[in-house]
Amino acid sequence: MEITLTHYLVLSAVLFAIGLIGVMRRKNLLLLFFATEILLNATNIAFAAISHYIGDLSGQMFAFFIIAIAASEVAVGLGLLIVWYKRTGKIDLDQMTSMRG
Amino acid sequence: MFEAIAFYLFAALTIVMFTITVMTSQALYALTAMAAGMIFISAFFFILGADFLGAIQIIVYTGAVMALYAFGMMFFDTTRNVVEKRTNPQIVFILGTLAAIMVVAIVVAPIVSNNIQALYPIQEGVGNSQAVGMVLFTKYLVPFEVAAVMLLVAMIAGIVLAGKKMDKSLTLMAEEEIEMMHASTETHQERGEH
Repeated sequence: MEITLTHYLVLSAVLFAIGLIGVMRRKNLLLLFFATEILLNATNIAFAAISHYIGDLSGQMFAFFIIAIAASEVAVGLGLLIVWYKRTGKIDLDQMTSMRG
Repeated sequence: MFEAIAFYLFAALTIVMFTITVMTSQALYALTAMAAGMIFISAFFFILGADFLGAIQIIVYTGAVMALYAFGMMFFDTTRNVVEKRTNPQIVFILGTLAAIMVVAIVVAPIVSNNIQALYPIQEGVGNSQAVGMVLFTKYLVPFEVAAVMLLVAMIAGIVLAGKKMDKSLTLMAEEEIEMMHASTETHQERGEH
């Protein structure tokens, strides 16, 4: 039983769907961040699999840069979240309605 | 054969862990399930021969990102259950699945049409770490430096945002008090100039 590229891409799609469902149903901002991490990891699997089956290292390079972006996103996002929590005591999306248009 | 067993085992484990992350109402369960899922994902990288990427996945995601989340969660009230808004769950599932299928179509289209060729082919007789280093420091040097600068900016932003006024609790102060605090520091600075 051979594991082909399609297997990995389907797995990546399933994980991406899980992440998207998390993004759409979460209201707590911290758990929303968790869902975005799942999205980034799903694409990383797809990149690594394509890199292996095509025989090209570019996919792994892109996965590295995605990991770097995820790390910096967490640093900035958590900093903003801590400031917001200190100000309001809540990190729910529904409470963030300070702008009235 | 072993590759197939490993793939299906880790695929099932990863999907279960991430489903727990998305569906649970306890923030702590979500965090631990997420950390486990990250470790299981690194197994795919090892199966695919991307050893360096797997090691980076374990070090950066479970070592740094998850530790940062755990540290950040000390600031938040994580013991209470997370209340979610109950919109139409069917629409959420349908939209998520449709978007994922669309992503697969985008990724698969160039492969199906055989319109893809290896720019930097994997060399024989060279380990993965060495090959990655050779490509990263020749062809992808500028993006590498830009990523380094981005990480530096993110570090400074994190320190400034989270470390500002650690000795005072902005939660227990009213808006007026915060305004007064800002005003007093500004007058201090002006006096220092004169």
